Amino acid sequence: MIKLGVVYVLAGLVFAAFAVLSAADRNNPRRLGNAAFWGLVALSFLAGDRLGDLGNGVLVLGLALIAGFGWLGRGAPATTSPDERRALAERFGAKVFAPALSLPVVLVIGLLVLKPLRVAGQPLLDPKQATLISLALAAVIATGVGVVLLHQPLISPLQEGRRLMDIVGWAALLPQLLAALGAVFALAGVGKIIGDLVTGWLPVDTRAAAIAVYCLGMAGFTMIMGNAFAAFPVLTAGVGMPILIRRFGGDPAAVCAIGMLSGFCGTLMTPLAANFNLVPPALLELKDRYAVIKAQIPTALVLLLANMGLMYVLAFR
Amino acid sequence: MLTLLGVAVVVLGFAAGFNPLLVVVAAALVTGWTAGIPPLHVLAALGKAFNDNRFVSAALLVLPVIGVAERAGLQERARMLIGRFRRLSFAPLLIGYMVFRQVTAAIGLTAIAGQAQSIRPMVAPMAEAAAEKQAGALDPDARDRIRAWAAATDNIALFFSEDVFIAVGSILLMVGFLAQSGLNLDPLQLSVWAIPTAVAALLIHGTRLVLLQRRLKPRAGAGG
Repeated sequence: MIKLGVVYVLAGLVFAAFAVLSAADRNNPRRLGNAAFWGLVALSFLAGDRLGDLGNGVLVLGLALIAGFGWLGRGAPATTSPDERRALAERFGAKVFAPALSLPVVLVIGLLVLKPLRVAGQPLLDPKQATLISLALAAVIATGVGVVLLHQPLISPLQEGRRLMDIVGWAALLPQLLAALGAVFALAGVGKIIGDLVTGWLPVDTRAAAIAVYCLGMAGFTMIMGNAFAAFPVLTAGVGMPILIRRFGGDPAAVCAIGMLSGFCGTLMTPLAANFNLVPPALLELKDRYAVIKAQIPTALVLLLANMGLMYVLAFR
Repeated sequence: MLTLLGVAVVVLGFAAGFNPLLVVVAAALVTGWTAGIPPLHVLAALGKAFNDNRFVSAALLVLPVIGVAERAGLQERARMLIGRFRRLSFAPLLIGYMVFRQVTAAIGLTAIAGQAQSIRPMVAPMAEAAAEKQAGALDPDARDRIRAWAAATDNIALFFSEDVFIAVGSILLMVGFLAQSGLNLDPLQLSVWAIPTAVAALLIHGTRLVLLQRRLKPRAGAGG
């Protein structure tokens, strides 16, 4: 059975290559910082299970210090100029879309064909991780398509990957680190304390007030914790289940489903949901780190209102 | 109450513009300190959770192929493609992308598009080109705004349609939670209630896209 470990080895090797190429990049005055940072990421992927918990903690500390001291620069691998790219785009035509489009195609094949496949009574892909394994497979195949079909140098996937990786920089690791912070919050019981505050101090005497507390609580708590999954059990145990479902007789499915989606409105408004809100501005090279959140806030607020209205109408028929 | 100090560190640290990686590590240490957990235990807990969550960063493996395609002119080609469809403007382009993303996510294909593999190399350049057809060359601020809107459209489409699919994490979380409370529901019963919000998200965000398009200044001399 192919498990996530294979993907980690692949990722580790790619990051190790980024580290080596960074170290050799004389156009980047902080090349050693980049080499150390991506080297630590490579170490995490390749040997994370053998470092021990404290070892991994020290690794995290190292990543944070390199980023915090501003030792990360931006590599400048040799690439094509804007004029060359326009000329290449003219020459290749629609062919230039092939690598990017083969990503979703291979992914879907992975999910529809490889995932149900069984070899010697065992599933070929670890069923829980089939999407990520398929995505890694798609990335490898699409890279091959790109190099061959578009006649790109063999080193270009690593150099171009490093170029994009340096554009994203430390922000690339923030989602994973925030997920880890969530575990520390859970250990210290942060969620329970906030949940008690919300449920103990806010008015839930009428159906409308209880709906507002539940939906706004889901959104607000999600903004603090960075994802709706942490907020859902706390708010539903505190308000959703005892008040909306038991006391006011709301339909459990509608209350929970719309409550979760109210949490997602919070996800749109918080920098703690870094992979959605902070990595894209880095990828798109925007001046304002919070530009994507700012574009999302009005939609999120109106949708939050809409969710409260939908719950009022749909959950209490 | 003191345990919430870690949350305050996150909020203040982000607001003050410190490096977020440092802020997160500091917040973890402060949280542990207020809860009476020794610093080395906190660091170990943080390290263990970081290691357990490596799958979050594994999706970065799509960057090399996107880089290769960009080297060969992918962004430029995406812009040219929009130039050919003379009547396709900014709002319909992003609304069309949003519908595509919502429909595919609703049948479980959440990973076939995304910020790194679709927005940066294709959708954002297309949105810029579409906006330029109407408003002429964009200044850096306007260009940034268009790009941010392309990224926001992907997020909003994804969030408010993935729950229509029954096997997504949040639906399974709800089924598990309700089962613990003695309510046995089928995933499908929950996922149908995600449809009204998905429709509302499309209507609300689509309206905002149309309004944004109206605010784009028309190209000088193109009027009349």
